[in-house]
Amino acid sequence: MVEEEGFQRYLAHVILWIGIAIVAFPVYLAIVASTQDNAVIANGQMSLLPGGHFFETYYQTLFVGTSGSTREPVLNMMLNSLIMALLIAVGKIAISIISAYAIVYFRFPFRMAIFWIIFITLMLPVEVRIYPTYKIVADLHLLDSYAGLSLPLIASATATLLFRQFFMTVPDELLEASRIDGAGPFRFFWDTLLPLSRTNMAALFVILFILGWNQYLWPLLITTRDDMQTIQVGIRKMITTTDALTEWPVVMATALLAMLPPVFVVVVMQKLFVRGLVETEK
Amino acid sequence: MQKQSIFQSKLLPYALVAPQLAIVLIFFYWPAAQAVIQSFLLQDAFGLSTTFVWFENYLELFKDPAYFAAIVRTFAFSFAIAISSLSFALLLAVMADKPLRGSTLYRTLLIWPYAVAPPVVGVLWVFMLHPSLGVLSRYLRAMGVDWNPLLNGDQAAALIILAAAWKQISYNFLFFLAGLQSIPKSVIEAAAIDGARPMRRFWTVIFPLLSPTIFFLLVINIVYAFFDTFGIIDTMTRGGPGKATETLVYKVYTDGLLGGNLGSSAAQSVILMVIVIVLTGIQFRFVERKVTY
Repeated sequence: MVEEEGFQRYLAHVILWIGIAIVAFPVYLAIVASTQDNAVIANGQMSLLPGGHFFETYYQTLFVGTSGSTREPVLNMMLNSLIMALLIAVGKIAISIISAYAIVYFRFPFRMAIFWIIFITLMLPVEVRIYPTYKIVADLHLLDSYAGLSLPLIASATATLLFRQFFMTVPDELLEASRIDGAGPFRFFWDTLLPLSRTNMAALFVILFILGWNQYLWPLLITTRDDMQTIQVGIRKMITTTDALTEWPVVMATALLAMLPPVFVVVVMQKLFVRGLVETEK
Repeated sequence: MQKQSIFQSKLLPYALVAPQLAIVLIFFYWPAAQAVIQSFLLQDAFGLSTTFVWFENYLELFKDPAYFAAIVRTFAFSFAIAISSLSFALLLAVMADKPLRGSTLYRTLLIWPYAVAPPVVGVLWVFMLHPSLGVLSRYLRAMGVDWNPLLNGDQAAALIILAAAWKQISYNFLFFLAGLQSIPKSVIEAAAIDGARPMRRFWTVIFPLLSPTIFFLLVINIVYAFFDTFGIIDTMTRGGPGKATETLVYKVYTDGLLGGNLGSSAAQSVILMVIVIVLTGIQFRFVERKVTY
């Protein structure tokens, strides 16, 4: 066993707590600011302890919105973000798992060509093809729609590659056994492969949900109606008014509400999150 | 690699790949091709006629000192973000790798910022360091710093780098911790028996063994700094003051949206595509190598 002197260990605890404090400080500040009076904050007199406006601020944020800039209830923005994130996560998993199934369990002309066509999409994030994609979505009349928000972000290969890799590790005997039982391609997929893929699907879902919820540039471009705004877009619009009018408590409450679902997912489903993260980045 | 045991069907496999193929073709290949074509065209001021101009859009870009400055700036940002975030995360990971009480709690308390969206990161940091009302700005001024990132370009750049590095700590921490945990304890014990002190053990044994992870994370962090900082920049500085925080992705956005110069914006997109493909290529080659040894 390597020696770990008491001092070394003590130092490690101290450094970790300093790290945690640095990481948490901006969020602590947001929590404090969301409970204080805007006039006090605007004067630069903000206290570092929570104030008494908690219920007032969060009620206004969730159900009314800012009184000046956007006037859109944040609850509605959160609903839009939720729908978009779920569509991206579920849509990507659904189309990827069946195409990976075809590529691994069937042999057909152009199989490898199709695999490469999908594979190459791994390389280019939506940011580099943003305006042509915008034009196509506009031509298809999908601006300000959930389909327009999610479809272009579903076009990527990560999930397909992951399922392909996983299917390759599934022993051939399973297929032969279910064939002896008289199972066709649908039965085998549904009764054998899908249950085996559960953990992979869950890990992928956690990552895709977070990525979907946190999308910014794409929703910013294609939503023009206030009631279609996602929370990430909404928060930027709240601070675009001249500084003096920015309602900081509401902005900070919105920031906290925007991070609540994905942070909750990371903390509660930590094992799946870490697994998904490591697998999708390989 | 190929499965030995497969199903026979003529049409079913096509039906299964059809949805993904359709989405990829419509929302990926079609726009990517459009960007390439667009980059060879020049549109007149009213959008009435377009002419094929070969590489003129590209040549214009490379002659433009502003574009060159944006390239330099983006790479400088990327390295600054990557190095500051990686070194801080490595320090924390090395500490968390020790057999401490409460190590799972430490991990939980350090990984959650991964889930915070870039525009939210921007809002949190701009509030903390706002020139007139930011809590930290008070202390900076008390220390005699003339802090105003809204007017001072260098300070604005520092603000972006800090905020972007902050968000990336959790990601780097997780991968460093995984890398550290995969180093066999026997190797470290052997070094300890040879009388190497902890600091020396770290630099001569652990750090070299960690170099694959470091290289992998360096590429990932650079790609992150290229693309995911858009939300941070857009909420904090909008590329300003002047153009002090305008990165390549931000420039594509503003030139296409505000300038309406689609040819140039498309040429910029194509250049970005090439950069990403090169970075991904480097990463893939490297991952292949890691698998084989």
